[in-house]
Amino acid sequence: MTALAVPDLTSPREAPTPVSAERTLSTGLRVVAIERSSVPLVELRLRVPFAGERESDVAHASVLGETLLSGTAGLSAVQIAATLQEVGGGLSVSVDPDRLLVSGNALAAGLPRLLEVLAGVLTGAAYPEKEVRIERERLADRIEMAASQPSHAVREALLKRLFGEHPYGTETPEPAHVRLVEPPLLRALHARRVLPEGSVLVLVGDVPAEQVLDAVEAALSPWSATGAEITVPPMPAFAPGPLLLVDRPGSVQSSIRMGVSAVPRSHPDYPALQLANLVFGGYFSSRLVENIREDKGYTYSPHSGIDHAVAGSMIVISADVATEVTAPALVEMAYELGRIATLPPQTDELEQARQYAIGTLALSVASQAGLASMLAALATTGLGLDWLAGHPKRLAAVSADEVFAAAAKYLGPARAVPVVLGDASAVEPSVSALGPVVRG
Amino acid sequence: MSHATVKIPATSYAVERLTLENGLRVVLSPDRSAPVIGVAVVYDVGIRSEPEGRTGFAHLFEHLMFQGSENLEKLAHFRYVQASGGVFNGSTHLDYTDYYESLPSNALERALFLEADRMRSPRITPENLANQIAVVKEEIRVNVLNRPYGGFPWLKLPPVMFGTFPNAHDGYGSFVDLESATAEDAASFFRTYYAPANAVLCVAGDIDVAEATALIEKHFGGIAARPKPERPDFSEPDLTEERRASHTDPMAPMPAVAMAWRVPDPVKEFDAYLPYVVLAEVLTDGDASRLVERLILDDGIATSVSGYLGFMGDPFDVRDPTAMLLQIHFPPQVTLATVEAAVDEELARLATDGLSEAELARVQARLAAHMLRETDSVLGRALSMAVLEQQRDRAELINELPRLLGSVTTDQIAAAAATLRPGRRALLEIVPGGAQ
Repeated sequence: MTALAVPDLTSPREAPTPVSAERTLSTGLRVVAIERSSVPLVELRLRVPFAGERESDVAHASVLGETLLSGTAGLSAVQIAATLQEVGGGLSVSVDPDRLLVSGNALAAGLPRLLEVLAGVLTGAAYPEKEVRIERERLADRIEMAASQPSHAVREALLKRLFGEHPYGTETPEPAHVRLVEPPLLRALHARRVLPEGSVLVLVGDVPAEQVLDAVEAALSPWSATGAEITVPPMPAFAPGPLLLVDRPGSVQSSIRMGVSAVPRSHPDYPALQLANLVFGGYFSSRLVENIREDKGYTYSPHSGIDHAVAGSMIVISADVATEVTAPALVEMAYELGRIATLPPQTDELEQARQYAIGTLALSVASQAGLASMLAALATTGLGLDWLAGHPKRLAAVSADEVFAAAAKYLGPARAVPVVLGDASAVEPSVSALGPVVRG
Repeated sequence: MSHATVKIPATSYAVERLTLENGLRVVLSPDRSAPVIGVAVVYDVGIRSEPEGRTGFAHLFEHLMFQGSENLEKLAHFRYVQASGGVFNGSTHLDYTDYYESLPSNALERALFLEADRMRSPRITPENLANQIAVVKEEIRVNVLNRPYGGFPWLKLPPVMFGTFPNAHDGYGSFVDLESATAEDAASFFRTYYAPANAVLCVAGDIDVAEATALIEKHFGGIAARPKPERPDFSEPDLTEERRASHTDPMAPMPAVAMAWRVPDPVKEFDAYLPYVVLAEVLTDGDASRLVERLILDDGIATSVSGYLGFMGDPFDVRDPTAMLLQIHFPPQVTLATVEAAVDEELARLATDGLSEAELARVQARLAAHMLRETDSVLGRALSMAVLEQQRDRAELINELPRLLGSVTTDQIAAAAATLRPGRRALLEIVPGGAQ
């Protein structure tokens, strides 16, 4: 029987350009509003620069994130949640070493309420005694639970190895430090650092953009605190060296992670590096997945992804593999890193990665929530809708030579910093055959 | 009667349906607002249908459906989807298995070809089977065996609640059973359960209905008909006394508990089932919910509280028998008895005193927003509509659910809460076995 031919793609249809509007309030808050009427909702993301200087700052920032919504002079935590629910709404807060992010959504008709509650906590979060006590204990317990998860433990080890004392070296505070955080400290931290200047508010939804901007201006103008933002020092150059082996006795898998220095989205090399990383391990049809999953069955979900932070970017390569194939998996990962860095990519695999990058960018911003989250992420390094609109053209223009040059410049096993969390006594003999190992 | 501050809005996604001669049911939902499509094929077979001695087989078979087909080599499916700028996946549930893509709309015909090719004839070889058994074992290690709270409660609570193999067994499978699977088992499973008449295809998004219909006829019309397998009766009687179990997790640093109660048949007793969906939110959605306020904010005896319908968490994609679950993690210095007493007290209070119209209305408004948000993704919409059509012949329900849930009354909530008695509960405790 003759094989049937897979149908070609038909000509693509252009995505309609959404109506958007931007305004910077006199307080310094930059507001981006985008109309998208796909569902009668509105999505909100507020990104506030929130870098710290010391390890203890992480504990304070983390507890602040847990208690920002715990009450104001007029409303208790329960009342804040109930008031939002009345308009189908909800807010949540997360912090990382760069920023505090308030995320939320509501039925579109509830936008004024959503903004009113947001303004209430930004200008008047009370950090009540009882709520702070309860939330800090909960957070400390959750950190202890997270620490028992291999994925979390290996990330902690990787960040410490890559960044040392740099603020990016510690994402998660010590439970003991969290349990000591008191309300006056949180109030002071909020006054000093939860500032409109430098912050970006993104709203995407079924409300006219200009109307959104007016509603934001009316609600959030009272949020006018001033102070000085802390600047994170640039990411240090990664220092490859011995493989760091962290013992987790009895572990039935080894969690392998490698960190590699990368460049930000705005860098001229970025589109080429993005494609090189895809070909290497950035999606299912990559060399790494086809090799160590689909050919050898060592692992379920190997991946290589680019993380962007304010002070720099990095590639994190990950694979959780059966203990007995730890060393062989490391061999294949080094092989694929070496191959991408020293041989040009095939035309078809490059075109496939290119189409994937362009297509999935469009898919990722096709929902209100996806677009709002993407814009909040781009705001990390001051990018926005212009970058989003221009990126498909940049990806389309990258040549095979540029992809090869980027792979040669940034990838390669000698640039990767490896960490393995697993049963050290079981894996150390074979892993040591590949190169120097240090125990951590 | 709803007292919500805001009126609960409704969507109006179109539903066009047809059935091919081989029995394949098709749902089309055009929406030209963005040039993307979601394609979902849902087969009416899941974890409950796998035979004894073959635990985990439905999921293993899902992996095999990606290993090549009549006209496609191994790896080709992934590459064609991704080279179209799309994403793909599959997942195995208690009552169904889904396969799906989200792509730019210019890849419509290609996606239909790819799905039709594996519906016609997946390429199941001993080599691919051995490879995917290894991959699935790593999936189980990373998600269950190598982490604390692995499989809690979705794999560990069903054997406490249920007495029959289909409902009680481990759907990820034992390594012994997985390693015993043969290519002939897979071929037989495919012949029985992957008949076109046992599937629903849904395409949502940027399509022209006439054009999509013609392409579906072209690619799926030639697949030979096979009989639709009869779905066995998986029903079990309700519990007449509490069943409790304790699992020591050597990796867990903190205790946890999951409680489950049987609920009405989600399909045949739909009206009686709906109040439980709202009740789960009244109890656990956010700081203004009953159990979060009591256990976390007032008493400080829990680290996290969640409540949901169905062991895998989606209330409208499961058939009878199913359950409402509460899952609570708590600090080591708190006893399980304390947590249980607080939960029982709050459930009894809700059953006896009921709740205000205002409390119910705000929970319903938030639930509506959650549901609308899920349908905003064209893929989420295609998957939901396919399963609603398969289990209920009602893809349109996607538009109606927010308002149907909004019409649940305070009396119904109180009555539902009254059924969550200790005497008909299954309870699984996780005992921390010493963190490293």
